[in-house]
Order: sequence, then C-alpha cells, then structure tokens
Amino acid sequence: MLLHRRHILGLEGMPADEIIAILDTADTLKEILSRPIKKVPTLRGRSICTLFYEPSTRTRTSFELAAKILSADVSSLAPSTSSVTKGESFRDTLLTIQAMGTDLFVIRHPCAGAPLFASRIVNVPVINAGDGMHEHPTQGLLDMLTLRSIKGKLAGLQIAIVGDIAHSRVARSNAWGFATVGAAVRIAGPPTLMPPGLEATGARIYDRLEPAIEGADVVYVLRIQKERMDSGLLPSLREYTRLYGVTAERLSRYAAKDAIVMHPGPVNRGVEIAPDVVDAGYSVITDQVANGVALRMALLYLLLGGSDAPRG
Amino acid sequence: MQQSLAMDEAEVRRAITRIAHEIIEKNKGAEHLALIGIRTRGVPLAKRLAQLIAAFEAVEVPVGALDISMYRDDVRTRQRVVGSTDVPFDVTGRRVVLVDEVFYTGRTIRAAMDAIMDLGRPSVIQLAVLVDRGHRELPIRPDYVGKNLPTSRSEEVEVHLKELDGEDAVLLRKPEGI
Repeated sequence: MLLHRRHILGLEGMPADEIIAILDTADTLKEILSRPIKKVPTLRGRSICTLFYEPSTRTRTSFELAAKILSADVSSLAPSTSSVTKGESFRDTLLTIQAMGTDLFVIRHPCAGAPLFASRIVNVPVINAGDGMHEHPTQGLLDMLTLRSIKGKLAGLQIAIVGDIAHSRVARSNAWGFATVGAAVRIAGPPTLMPPGLEATGARIYDRLEPAIEGADVVYVLRIQKERMDSGLLPSLREYTRLYGVTAERLSRYAAKDAIVMHPGPVNRGVEIAPDVVDAGYSVITDQVANGVALRMALLYLLLGGSDAPRG
Repeated sequence: MQQSLAMDEAEVRRAITRIAHEIIEKNKGAEHLALIGIRTRGVPLAKRLAQLIAAFEAVEVPVGALDISMYRDDVRTRQRVVGSTDVPFDVTGRRVVLVDEVFYTGRTIRAAMDAIMDLGRPSVIQLAVLVDRGHRELPIRPDYVGKNLPTSRSEEVEVHLKELDGEDAVLLRKPEGI
C-alpha cells in the first residue's frame, strides 16, 4: 500500500514515505503528458466532482485536466450557479452530489476545515484544494515535485518563503511538507502579516527579507493581495515592494548562486516580485503549473485505485 | 512451497537465442523492428534479444520499456506502484515485438497492446515470452515461446534474470500438500 489515507486534507502530519510515494507516482505519470495522445483509460467510469466555493483558475483546471487524462468523468460545481444561491447548505450539497454517484470530491472553500467536515459527511475520498487560511496540500506537493526534479533532492535544501504568510494556506502546507522531507524552511514577511504559532512547523521566522534569503536555495514568493491594504495591514503596496519585493539584485546579492524562484500564482508583477524575475531562467513558475497536472493525476490514481482495500 | 527448476541457465540462454532467430525469420530481417519489454522482467529480456539480433543481422533494433499499471483491468482492487514507460522512438509503422517473462491469462498483454496503441500505430504487434504457462482468459496467443510449461493455477512460475536477480533460471513453485 502506497497511501494509507483516504483523504488528502493537509500536509501537517503526513509522513515522509507517503509524500515520497505521491511524488514518485507523479514523476512516472509525467511521461503521459509528453505523448501525442494524452489519455489513458485508468479511471474509466469513475466520476469526480470539483466543488469550488472560491474562484480559481489553475487549481481547478489542473484537477479537471488530470481527471480527463485518466479518463474519469468530471463535473464542476460553482456555488454562484448552483442551489447554494437558493440557500442549500454545504452538507446538503455534498449529499446531493454524492447521491449522483460521485467517486471523489475536490473541494475549495473559504472556511478552514470545510474539506475535513466534508470528509466526515461523504463516504468517498475528499481532496482539499485550499481551505481558508489553513492548507493547500496539492500546491505543497506539486512544489515539492518541481523542486525535487530540479535540485534532485529535497532534504537539506534551504527554502525561504516570503510574503503575506498570515493569509497564505500555501505557506502553511509548504512549511509542513518541506519540513517533513528534511528541508530547512525560513519564513519572512511584515510582522502584521505573520501569524502566531508557525514555529510549530520547525520553520525559522524573519521580519526582514535579506537574512531570510541569505544562502537560500529556493526563494518562494507569495502573492500580496491588494485587499490587504484596505484592512490596514500594510501602509502601501509600494512600501511592501521596497522592503520585501524579490528583485534580481537582491537575489544575486543574498541567495545561493544556483537559487531558483517559485510562486504559486497568480503573480502580481512589480508588487511581490519584479517582472524580470518572473521571466528569468531561474524562475520555475511555469514548471510548477505543468507539474500540477501530473501531481493531481497521481493523487486521483492513488485515491481511486484499490478502493476495495481496507484503509484508515 | 515445493520448488523445482523448470529451466536452467543454459536452457534460458538457448531459448532466448532461438527466439531471436525466429523473430528475424518471421519478420524477414530486422528492419523496422522494435522490441518493447513489459516491466519488470520483460525489459532485460528485450535488451538481450536486441543484442542477439544486432549480432546476427548487424541491425540496431530500438528497445523500449512499457509500464502497464495505467491500463490494467484491476485498478479498482489493487493500489500499485506505477513504473515509468520509456519508449524513446515512434512506434508508428514499426513491427513491434512485445516481450514478457511469463504468459498466463493474457490480461497483461491486452493492457500492453492498449498502451502501445496510445503511443502510435505499429504496423504489426507480435508477442515473445520466455514461458507460456497456460490458462489464458483472452483470445491472445504468443508468437514466440521459450518454453511451454503446463501448470496448475495454484502453482507459481518465477523467472530469475541475471540483470535483476543475479542468475538465469525459471522456477516452478507448488503449494505444500499437493
């Protein structure tokens, strides 16, 4: 058995051997994406529902492509066009879709814990595609996949995560995931955007950019949401860019020589990251997107394969 | 488990050599030929056949490795490690010889044929196996057989190859008390 769990809800507590099994499976499935005919019959007759209560382009598209390449049927539900606008509860929506014969749910929800709640309601696997400010485990896994294929390893790497940490589920998933596989995680951002309790992941916390990226093998840049200005957490975008913006000059001065830059997207060019950095050779942002499809294929394969076998 | 030796090293070597000759004979040479081994033990077998064909005909035959996990008909019941498929040439128009260690129910070969068809359109697909142990469940029959080994379903056929197991041998295991 490669995967001992029925749901993918977060990377906190997921053991290294399961993470590695997922990454290894994704690595071998990449080959399918390079074929002229990108289709295998593996999940023929299984159906998957993507349930997104928040806008998303890449995550949702990536899941749907992954499912279609594996020949699964996909239905998508957006609350704005569904009975949710008529007042149907989350629980009832889940039970309704399950009754239609869905074999797996992919759920994004503004409330942390919604996928966990869903996993207790339905009797099929649930994948968390981002829940509130909690976790975004598939992003964390695809980041690990990308990094491993470039650096050849994960253990011992110095990874600096920079930006709006407080509102970032990506930061949380990556901090847990990278720590589990033996990488050293540093986290930097303005104190107003730094949540308490992140030390629990084993990460080192910085309030300035320079010491955090000093000697780093990876600079992982998070998006600064413009909404944060209104809530008074940042004086101005320009000030953020001046203090925390990742520029070519800062990278070459502080980061490791062969450092790479990652970003979960969508990118605000000129805010958290300089435009030329996004397009530079050491930026692997498009690799991350490409690996996202293979990673999600691996999860669908592992969660839907062997469904008759007993699992906790 | 009782264990007996069904083929020793010399028998394995002779069988593979004979299959190499038969492949050349049936295909009237080695042009447009390609060998694709089914993971795991079909791959070293395919490589050996390619070496022999190169020695007999002075033609380099491309060799690929096929993993059929994504094409199996038992995906729902077993979680399996997926191996990599590595076919570094275009199969379209080629005479493809699938290579596997043991022919049993034919389900692996059914899956392998689907997998190859997804990579392109070979002009011919043939099948070479080291051992045919019987009990096929599908209308599929190997073109080249190293040895026909009648077995019961409760027995196990285990192929050992130098590349992976340090020795060449085919073992037949019978459960105790039969």
